[in-house]
Amino acid sequence: MSAPRSRWLSKTAVNGVLALATCYMLFPLVWLVTAATKDAGGLLAGDAFSFEGFDLGGNLARLAEYHDGVYFRWYLNSLLYAGVGAAACALISVAAGYAFHVYDFRGKEKLFGLVLLGVLVPTTALALPMYLLASEIGIVNTYAAVLLPVLVNPFGVYLSRVLCAAYVPDEALEAARIDGAGEMRVFWSIGLRTVMPGFVTVFLFQFTAVWNNFFLPLVMLSDQKLFPLSLGLYAWNSNAHAEPDYYPLVVTGSLLAVVPLVLAFVSLQRHWKAGLTAGSVK
Amino acid sequence: MKARTRAAALLLTPFFLLFTAVLVVPIGYAVWLSLFTEKQSGLGFGGSETVFTGLGNYATALGDRAFREGFGVLLGYCLLYVPLMMGGALGLALLLDTALARARRFFQLALFLPHAVPGIIAALIWVYLYTPQLSPVVRAMEAGGIGFDFFSPEGALPSVVNIALWEWLGYNLIIFYAALQAIDRSVLEAATVDGAGAWRVAFAVKIPLLRGSLAMVGLFTVIGSLQLFTEPLILSRGTGSAVTSTWTPNMYAYSAAFDRNDYGLAAAASILLALTAALLSFAVTRLTGSRKERTA
Repeated sequence: MSAPRSRWLSKTAVNGVLALATCYMLFPLVWLVTAATKDAGGLLAGDAFSFEGFDLGGNLARLAEYHDGVYFRWYLNSLLYAGVGAAACALISVAAGYAFHVYDFRGKEKLFGLVLLGVLVPTTALALPMYLLASEIGIVNTYAAVLLPVLVNPFGVYLSRVLCAAYVPDEALEAARIDGAGEMRVFWSIGLRTVMPGFVTVFLFQFTAVWNNFFLPLVMLSDQKLFPLSLGLYAWNSNAHAEPDYYPLVVTGSLLAVVPLVLAFVSLQRHWKAGLTAGSVK
Repeated sequence: MKARTRAAALLLTPFFLLFTAVLVVPIGYAVWLSLFTEKQSGLGFGGSETVFTGLGNYATALGDRAFREGFGVLLGYCLLYVPLMMGGALGLALLLDTALARARRFFQLALFLPHAVPGIIAALIWVYLYTPQLSPVVRAMEAGGIGFDFFSPEGALPSVVNIALWEWLGYNLIIFYAALQAIDRSVLEAATVDGAGAWRVAFAVKIPLLRGSLAMVGLFTVIGSLQLFTEPLILSRGTGSAVTSTWTPNMYAYSAAFDRNDYGLAAAASILLALTAALLSFAVTRLTGSRKERTA
């Protein structure tokens, strides 16, 4: 076999395998898009990848009307849990990561070791005791029950420390101090500003984690009005087995629930790649 | 100097306050709860009272066949899932890292995209794709002469592994790919000049340099596997699947707490699971750590 020919074969093989893997990753999403356009009959009967029984408008209208538009209430709840929770979590993590990077104090590495230990705690094992604690202090079935636990992400602190080391210029901090700025001022106007890409990275990962969170709200919430999307869709799906009319609601609702994250990951590629790179180099 | 100490304390306080409230206290509370049980007084008319039972709940959990079988399921799951995940993510990352790969940015994004799908929705989509009446996959497989029932007892493990692979393969692939891209190109060139082919470079140079990333991804994959809950829960509800409501230890704890209201047993089950995770993390870090020393 001649050299160019074998190179051409290798190239085809490499890209062929990658294309196959991509098909595996994308076809459930393509199915979700086409399925969301079908009515219940079309979904149960037809060929999944055709647009037979096209009724996207009807599905969206039913989704909006159902139970006085409870779906969009769930959507707002998810935005609230994920948006507020991730923003506060990113700020808390970056503040701690910055302190670990910039300052020296006794027992620093021991304390950081505690953070790393926290990364390894299986969080689902904590959901039950957290629920019981929350019921002791009477915050079960409130926004706070879901928001408070998501403010803590030990991995976010680890990531912030790594990213502070990469982004925060020590000379600029020193210069600001010489100009007479207090330590908190230095953090706020130089530290936080320079590590902003890192802040976005932590925010993005926490936003995804909270948006996808299921176990915690499942345990904490029983009032449908407080549900995030994940829990609401789960409740609808449980009904669908007895009542097939729910299928289009679940499928169309799932599609809309995926859209914000897909948009975020497509537009913020630099940031999630930075997060995964920093996570891997240790 | 004092100002700096104060600033450090101020910046660290919010995190560690919440860390204590959300991690440390619940762990302590779980341990406490696991030591008590509810006893029916008299003939069961007078309600119940909480009594100290020592390690009684642990004995109950370990003595329960359903709980032990949950660990058996996890073992089988890990044996199937971890090699497929590590091998798949590493293999694809190596392919993406070769000079032959085209459209790398597109492949990275497309392979990563399932991670943007919430676990519960991923599980819902795949359950629909497993359901014979709904699924183009099952129909295509039948047309190709492969009859496979994803809801049968033999199908339970592969169906859950497939969902988890779909969700996490791209995520881990990007971690490996980022680490591969960080390798000093001159090292690879030197190997090529010495006459090593692409396979040789991958196995003798690239993979050994990825040891740190491999250990980290392996550790998180195992810890994540132990917490298996959402995907089998969806399969266990109303699909007719062989996945039961106590299929994994986490599901067992959930069912003990919310179906049977036995919080002591639920806490004991959770702690046993957390201890397993701690032991495994320790073993994995020791294993990879000692190997590092040997090569140094």
